[in-house]
Amino acid sequence: MAAVSPERSAFSAIVIRDLTLAFRHRGEIANPLIFFVMVATLIPLGVTPEARQLAEIAPGIIWVMALLATLLSTETLFLSDFRDGSLEQMALSSESLWVLVLAKILVHWLISGLPLTLLSPLLGVMLSLPAEGFLTMVASLALGTAALSLIGAIGAALTVAIPRGGLLLSLIVMPLYMPVLIFGASAVQQAVDGMAVGGALAVLGALLAFSLLISPFAAAGALRVSLHG
Amino acid sequence: MTIRPLLECSRLSFERDDWPVFAGVSFVVEEGDILQITGANGAGKTTLLRMLSTTLSPSEGRILWQGRPLSECLAEYRSDCLYLGHQPGVKTALTPRENLHWLLAVHPRHADRIDHALSQVGLFRHADSPCGSLSAGQLRRVALARLYLSEARLWILDEPFTAIDRAGVGELETLMDNHAARGGAVVVTTHQPLTLSPKQLDLEPYGRCIA
Amino acid sequence: MARFPEWFHRLGAPKTFYSMTGKWLPWLAGAAAILLCVGTVWGLGFAPQDAKQGNSFRIIYIHVPAAFLALAGYYVMAVAGAVGLIWKMKLAHMVLKAAAPLGAALTFVALFTGALWGKPTWGTYWVWDARITSMLVLFFLYLGVIALHYAYSSTEAASKASAVLALVGTANIPIIYKSVDWWYTLHQPATIKLTQAPSMHPDMFKPLLVMIAGFYCFYALVLLMGTRTEILHRERRTRWVADLAKTGY
Repeated sequence: MAAVSPERSAFSAIVIRDLTLAFRHRGEIANPLIFFVMVATLIPLGVTPEARQLAEIAPGIIWVMALLATLLSTETLFLSDFRDGSLEQMALSSESLWVLVLAKILVHWLISGLPLTLLSPLLGVMLSLPAEGFLTMVASLALGTAALSLIGAIGAALTVAIPRGGLLLSLIVMPLYMPVLIFGASAVQQAVDGMAVGGALAVLGALLAFSLLISPFAAAGALRVSLHG
Repeated sequence: MTIRPLLECSRLSFERDDWPVFAGVSFVVEEGDILQITGANGAGKTTLLRMLSTTLSPSEGRILWQGRPLSECLAEYRSDCLYLGHQPGVKTALTPRENLHWLLAVHPRHADRIDHALSQVGLFRHADSPCGSLSAGQLRRVALARLYLSEARLWILDEPFTAIDRAGVGELETLMDNHAARGGAVVVTTHQPLTLSPKQLDLEPYGRCIA
Repeated sequence: MARFPEWFHRLGAPKTFYSMTGKWLPWLAGAAAILLCVGTVWGLGFAPQDAKQGNSFRIIYIHVPAAFLALAGYYVMAVAGAVGLIWKMKLAHMVLKAAAPLGAALTFVALFTGALWGKPTWGTYWVWDARITSMLVLFFLYLGVIALHYAYSSTEAASKASAVLALVGTANIPIIYKSVDWWYTLHQPATIKLTQAPSMHPDMFKPLLVMIAGFYCFYALVLLMGTRTEILHRERRTRWVADLAKTGY
């Protein structure tokens, strides 16, 4: 193994560390994805197997499920780092905490949002999503899940010190998720209806940029509160 | 050399939800000092160390680093001090080497001597096996390996001897002594009697302290 | 860090705040009672009927002021949170603690009266109208702040964490409202579109203004009372609270 050069930045060190950790706990990455596919199976069983009706609700259903699957994986974002003292070491770094938080969020998206996005065409097929919707679905999920990871990080940082904070995390984060859901699902619906999707995707991009602006700072501040408590 | 003490704490107090943990703690740490903080369980030793590490901020009182308030030189202070808490920040799914890599990247130091540091703490053979397979004492040694790499002047060590065997305690004491001799300083809590003769600070719950 | 005039610092001390606001309470209570009584009697008894909705429109005399304050209350909470975080003012955290359940209650009143109003107007208690949906999301935002506050065992951590959440929520409220508006125009169902204020007859509008003023006084009153209770609770170990308990006031 090559020795790490001292000039390697703290950001990339955290990215590499978290990717390594994720790779060693591969099962945990798979769980939200399995959840995503399993819930997709419930819809035809619970609603209707009829392709035309499924196609009608597919854009919204896929987006709601992607949102819930992201939420499931958000709880663990800071939890193990909080428990084993790594988070404290990060907070005491001479590097700004928000930079390290951003690195963690990036990895979170790489191991949750990105696989969900790549898996979504399978769900599109299962739920008879019309062919026109696929490309937009993938694009909207790629942008949207990144925003969801960023927003979720604030909630995860606020609840990390609370025992069994997972449900609470969902309560405080879900209202903040709503704009992303609205524009994500609408983009896919518009694509299916043969309308232009540029506008909705642009808004999703704007939401992503806005979360990028706010979330690392809010999450870093919240983490300091959690460490303090 | 500067005449100013490295660290100057005056009338520190800490309240947790309006309950005083300790109050009126004053002490000075100079170059070459090893300061042992003693006190009964619950006297606030860990709280005081976490305050020195900047995780907690004092309810009252102030901390000066080389004559300047901490708020004015926070980044500089953080890069000049090394804190090892109860939970030393070692990930069990990573190997000792990988753990040191990220810890050093977050606290930039001499990373090319990781092999040296690992052999110093007797973990060279285990450098590339997951920390999950190590014993509690060995895990603690992974964290302690940072002391061999660090250029930080102030070491803040919370119960560093926990789970460490007798030989390890001796090595660690030598290390602290050498660090102090080079002009560094150590603030340490431990229930273990030290063979070094450090300065003592006795924390009494809610009381005043004798430095 | 910005400097504040002397009065700001003095008001920031819980004890000063407590004794000062004690004198305001009777006045606020009186103003709220008079305004609410006048507004209610005027609105329910004397304002003319609505041409289309008949008497059912009169619920706006509760619905609209409650909805007003539900949103304003969130901003009150967020500003208190910001002051508490930036200037480390304990009093501001106490205001936040008092403002959260009050705002949630007003949001619930707005939702509930909206549903009651919906039955005669739309023929159903619930429609996914843009305004109602936004109000529901606002209710959820309040619930999140309250739940987070109660989840922490340390008061200080609870205060700071809920302040952070209130601020994040405030940054998101305009976005949420805009998104919901946009979503609604996309799915606009064929229902009666309600337009109120602009086309409102002045005789209907004046009692509404009185009610809004009354609700503001009521809000301020309850907020102060809640904050005062919180002050006593958090300062219960201080000498002045002990003296207060002995002398009675």
